[in-house]
Amino acid sequence: MDQMLGYFLYFLSLLTVGGIYAMLALGLNVQWGFAGLFNVGIAGFAAVGAYTYAILTTAGSTFHLGGFGLPLAFGGIVAMLLAGLISGLIGVICIRLRADYLAIATIGIAEIIKLILKNETDITNGPRGINKIPRAWEHLSEERFYTSAPMSWFNDAQGWEALFDSLPNWWWQPMFTLTVLLFVFIIYRMLERARLSPWGRMMTAIRENEDAAQAAGKDVTRRRIEAFVIGAVIMGLAGAFFAQHLRLIDPTNTFDPAKMTFLVWVMLIAGGSGNNRGAILGAFLIWTIWSSSELMIDGTIKLLVASFDTLDAGILKSRAGYLRMLLIGLILQFILQRYPSGILPESRPAATDKRT
Amino acid sequence: MWDSFAFEFVNFYLVPGIVLGCIYALGAIGITLTFGILRFANFAHGEIMMTGSYLTWTFSALVGSVFGWALHPLIAAIPAIVVAIFISLLVDRYFYKPFRNSPTIMIVIASFGMMLVIRSAVQTLWGPNQITFVKGIAKPNAWVQEVSNNAELLLLIPNKHFWIMAGTLIITLGLAYLLGQTRIGKAMRAVSDSPELAQATGIDVEAVIRATWVVGGFCAVMAGVFMAMDTQFIETTMGFRMLLPMFAAAILGGIGKPFGAVVGGLVIGLAEELSAYPWIGDAPLISPGYKTGVAFTIMVIMLIVRPSGLFKGRTF
Amino acid sequence: MPILVETSLNNPQPVLSLNGLHAGYGETEILHDINLYINQDEIVAIIGPNGAGKSTAMKAVLGILTIREGTVLLNGGNITNTPANKVVEMGISYVPQTHNVFVNLSVQENLEMGAWTRRDGIPERIQTMYELFPDLKSKRKQAAGSLSGGQRQMVAMAKALMVDAKVLLLDEPTAGLSPKYRGEIFETIQKINSNGVPVLIVEQNAKQALGVADRGYVLVDGANRFTGTGQELLDDREVARMFLGGKHVEN
Repeated sequence: MDQMLGYFLYFLSLLTVGGIYAMLALGLNVQWGFAGLFNVGIAGFAAVGAYTYAILTTAGSTFHLGGFGLPLAFGGIVAMLLAGLISGLIGVICIRLRADYLAIATIGIAEIIKLILKNETDITNGPRGINKIPRAWEHLSEERFYTSAPMSWFNDAQGWEALFDSLPNWWWQPMFTLTVLLFVFIIYRMLERARLSPWGRMMTAIRENEDAAQAAGKDVTRRRIEAFVIGAVIMGLAGAFFAQHLRLIDPTNTFDPAKMTFLVWVMLIAGGSGNNRGAILGAFLIWTIWSSSELMIDGTIKLLVASFDTLDAGILKSRAGYLRMLLIGLILQFILQRYPSGILPESRPAATDKRT
Repeated sequence: MWDSFAFEFVNFYLVPGIVLGCIYALGAIGITLTFGILRFANFAHGEIMMTGSYLTWTFSALVGSVFGWALHPLIAAIPAIVVAIFISLLVDRYFYKPFRNSPTIMIVIASFGMMLVIRSAVQTLWGPNQITFVKGIAKPNAWVQEVSNNAELLLLIPNKHFWIMAGTLIITLGLAYLLGQTRIGKAMRAVSDSPELAQATGIDVEAVIRATWVVGGFCAVMAGVFMAMDTQFIETTMGFRMLLPMFAAAILGGIGKPFGAVVGGLVIGLAEELSAYPWIGDAPLISPGYKTGVAFTIMVIMLIVRPSGLFKGRTF
Repeated sequence: MPILVETSLNNPQPVLSLNGLHAGYGETEILHDINLYINQDEIVAIIGPNGAGKSTAMKAVLGILTIREGTVLLNGGNITNTPANKVVEMGISYVPQTHNVFVNLSVQENLEMGAWTRRDGIPERIQTMYELFPDLKSKRKQAAGSLSGGQRQMVAMAKALMVDAKVLLLDEPTAGLSPKYRGEIFETIQKINSNGVPVLIVEQNAKQALGVADRGYVLVDGANRFTGTGQELLDDREVARMFLGGKHVEN
């Protein structure tokens, strides 16, 4: 029974992280799939979201600015706004230039964000990071929440404590997973609607033939900045959820561009850029491969170390992690060359006017 | 004139700035050449640099353990350059060439992927930890110290810095000869000018592309080895850390302009070091933690004010 | 097989011929059944309205766009869909309409690049080009991008002639040039031709082009419309109405 529970919880965490990656992939899909904007600073936008959320919602701390102990939803909204604001600034500067420049600028901004998070220790606690970040649902069992409004209206502290004691200690996990998946669904529905709207069709027209769109009087730059900002807002939200999932974030390990930015790109391209369902599918698929391959490699290493006692499990494990990244990189190259449109290729919204 | 402030400024800010600038300059040459000739921002360039320095370390360690000789890094760099160029050509053949006729952004994605692939390969083979490249403390060159001290302009410049500055100068002169006087060098400029016309003129564009990888790979490994000589250690993230300053240098100098890249590299290197000088008051003007930010800021300003760079490079 | 010097319409083996060509970019077909040929010692002009496929036909020869149907023959040998650099190596020299010099290279370097496929005799050939285009000699160290439009056109033609061209293709060599330069270019074309190089020209400037051409083709909508000697086309009332009237009577 315990083992079954273990599998169940593993499955939930797979869905949770997969869902957060799905949000990132959807955000990237708006930028790359819809508008052809090359963003390699995903980790930066997610970090902005995560830190904003963390600083606003954690309980007061002597290590960093705040925490202000504000409502979780408020933290999430500000996280989105701030990520959007920063992307808007970059967009205004770089979007009129060719994609390569935007790529360089976004990788740059991600580095700058990392520098700020590392150096402004008064605000972010520097490399040590922020911990005890409240996680949706689980936070209800924290004293500061159940002793204050609105929870205190319904029950007193003892009552809440008794309730939480009676629940299994993982009670929040299915709720949290469902919340993440609900948000993925909401974002998906909104993006599908946007894609089929005149706005989405205009994005396709701009991507297909910029000059023609410009000639037809479309404000190409403005539309692109909009897409860039919308994508970054979604990434900021994903960052806020990531902070909740981890509960401890730091500038370097949590927001390693290899695991954040790069993996999201692999997800989107594998799933099918331009296709929202493809982005979600790619995220869950690649995350499952990534996560389960870790278990498999761990198992293999245990086996190897057991049979050859000259091997050092620690070294093997760290090397295997890099080997895994290498293989993911090669998978990307393979998909890019053989199946450039991904598993679920983009389906064009109908009624785009044909130009010859 | 040569008070303690000037002494400090020249020895601890100006010279290190020039040295760092030399390293950026060499790295930026490869970036600007591939950007000009193959028309894409090569994100994997820093990793070739890093791989080159790891190979150099490996060769010198191998020779050290087999023959007991202590090779100068610049000699151990020779086989490393050959291997790194070979890797560059293989990467081009199998990962970039399939996209020659696709939108260039496909190659940018591929190069972004190769950045991770190459780095992960090095991390798998050599491990993620720092490796000491050169042991000991670099002492200032005694002769320069004595002569300059007699002239009351005390200079404390270690030999490694002379190697780096002289090496960069020689490579830049060699590049000037290659691009200005040789057939393949002129063809590289021609392709950078217009690949379509080069094709229609009968130039073997693929041969020019191979030459570009050879030159870019050579400069990258030299930059990596100089970097390793300067900091005396190597680590797998050194290429990525260099990427932004190198792009900044290439954009500052003008895309497709190798000498622009050299100037851009020097400007970025100097700006990074001089930004930490206490220009106002006693504290560094900009906290050393934000050094990387200096390169980025210069790049962004350049993109706003003059995207074609100082030397009227290409804009896309 | 020796090539006869004759201008008959029934020449058994032209230097270059396009036979039933269909070609285009992506999904759109631009050329639908183009037939034309050029003999040794001829100047042949291709004229027609904008978008008729004149330049496209040249690009199809160069292998710059894909031919779907039909053949391109060089001295009887099939060169359909051969890549541009190979086509040039085989002796077809091509001067594009725009961007036809390397602007950052000096005049002399442009000529050297033109000689890429040539193994020897490069300095001699460069001298020959300076004799053919005397204006260029004094500018040989200047960047080609700093020259005037007419001089650039000369650099482009000289660059194309650096190889032993079996045929020279010129895409609108006088577009955007002043009347003085236009005349000079047409004179040079005749000079090149008198040295034994057949020249195929695409021209907007129909009247002048047909004036120097032995034969001409009128293309409309990617297909042949009229064919004849230069004089025949100049005299043809329909051709005159369509292409020689209106804005083309500038000179």
